[in-house]
Amino acid sequence: MSEIKLLTEFYNKDEFRGINGYQKMGGYETLKKALKMQPQQIIDEVKASGLRGRGGAGFPTGTKWSFLPKNNEPRYLLCNADEGEPGTFKDRMMMERAPHQLIEGMIISGHAIHSKKGYIYIRGEYFYPISVVEKALKEAYDAGFLGKNILGSGVDFDLDVYAGAGAYICGEETGMISSLEGLKGQPKLKPPFPAVQGYLRKPTIVNNVETLAAVVPIIKDGAAAYKKFGTEKSPGTKLFSLSGNVMRPGNYEVPLGYPLKDMINVLGGGMKPGRTLKAVIPGGSSAPVMNAAEVEKATLDYECLAQMGTMLGSGAIIVIDDSQCMVDMLGVLMHFYHHESCGQCTPCREGTGWLDKIVHSILEGRGRLQDIDLLEKVADNMKGRTICALSDAAALPVLSFIAKFRDEFEFYVREGRSKVKGTAYAEMHH
Amino acid sequence: MFQLSPEGLKTVKSEMARYEVKQSAIIPALYVAQKENNGWVNEEVIHHLSEVMEIPKAHINEVFKFYTMFNQKPVGKFHVQVCANISCALNGARELASHICKEMKIGFDQVTEDGKFTISKVECLGSCGTAPMMQVNETYYENLTPESAMNILRGLK
Repeated sequence: MSEIKLLTEFYNKDEFRGINGYQKMGGYETLKKALKMQPQQIIDEVKASGLRGRGGAGFPTGTKWSFLPKNNEPRYLLCNADEGEPGTFKDRMMMERAPHQLIEGMIISGHAIHSKKGYIYIRGEYFYPISVVEKALKEAYDAGFLGKNILGSGVDFDLDVYAGAGAYICGEETGMISSLEGLKGQPKLKPPFPAVQGYLRKPTIVNNVETLAAVVPIIKDGAAAYKKFGTEKSPGTKLFSLSGNVMRPGNYEVPLGYPLKDMINVLGGGMKPGRTLKAVIPGGSSAPVMNAAEVEKATLDYECLAQMGTMLGSGAIIVIDDSQCMVDMLGVLMHFYHHESCGQCTPCREGTGWLDKIVHSILEGRGRLQDIDLLEKVADNMKGRTICALSDAAALPVLSFIAKFRDEFEFYVREGRSKVKGTAYAEMHH
Repeated sequence: MFQLSPEGLKTVKSEMARYEVKQSAIIPALYVAQKENNGWVNEEVIHHLSEVMEIPKAHINEVFKFYTMFNQKPVGKFHVQVCANISCALNGARELASHICKEMKIGFDQVTEDGKFTISKVECLGSCGTAPMMQVNETYYENLTPESAMNILRGLK
């Protein structure tokens, strides 16, 4: 099997970034088709395609859209481009290489859900992608694809960019809404779900960049054509961000159900010379880690990875080779979650702090054997007890790292140094 | 006392009209003010924005402190942010960050004597396939080695 480029076919062509090149390669033709369709027809097509949210949670997109109230209340379409899940860099590429694909997908989606206003919330560090999208928006307005009465269809849709300012939690949809409203980016309790009460308490749909872009090929060729790719329950293609200790890291678009080992060995060019695979985090840093034996059997679809106790998440595949210390890597992740906890819920605010401290006390040679059990106990107490999923996202790596690489943790505690590196943390990185 | 330039003030005012509620302009306003205040935000900046935007200081302050891109203390002319999260750490980012500090003879988050550089270790910047990397002010530099990073930094004027 190889790559299937439904979205990324023209990504290597520079002119695809501008509106003329984009249109030359068929861009905005699907919008013209969609403007002639009834909104419900578009929703039905997206539902039939089985498209699932590409940001991390994998929720069926058409179903999400149908949660909107059936009334004339103003509603918003927000694009979540706050890409921050460690290991993920696909949305950045999509915005840099194909801003008009996202814009076209958003206008079609906006038409489907009767929204007249959308925002693309882009993480603040993405200065360059922000500038590319802003330029493309201007082009789309000038061409009459945005604004009032788009191409004489009677459909209105305005679209703008909002730049974040550095907070992982704003990738959580209600945190993003808070941020857009001019508040701290703290998540809100659900229900009410954003589809009922979101941005400014109005009905709001939040979709990931890749999800909205995927609406274009679905409407262009129909749900049946889209479903020819992927598996029954995970139809279509997906972009995977491959990173870590692999020869050819990068973004690869493949049909869902693609073998994980082929992603690493065929597309990714395999391991670095002399190294062997130790572990893979398959769905961004929040996904439970897999060992090498599990990687052999895994396919990249929602069901297989869930069955194996992990998740597809954002599609970020982080490859870890045998030269890496798992205690050290868990330390990196716990520092991250501690830093990014928004502080709202006690189990997360306190729990991420304790996890960070305990892992680092082991790394600094002050660990006790009971600290390994303590890590598991703290993590257990953080699961399912908070407003958003960040707490679980911190707990799951802890539990899976210890379950699968316990010997490395025990060795570190007993010897005060890494089983793999042979040295202690202080000597590793300075 | 800090005051926005006439241009900065104009931008802040237009951002206040850009979104449905004027509070949404706090982040854009902080960006403008930070740039005009040598790269960081202090009490004077908050006070001024509060007056200009007619939003309570406490509200602006809590937004300011929540987001990492607003600096709470002075930084060098070039703020060098090295991603130290997992994909970068797997590719030697922490060693890179320490190397830069050593060469610059400063610790993390300090400013070099000539006021030119601050080195920080930061979380994932979405450059995982081109690790290790650093962000210098608004620009990404990717696929770095300790040597190439130092060459880039020495070339900054």
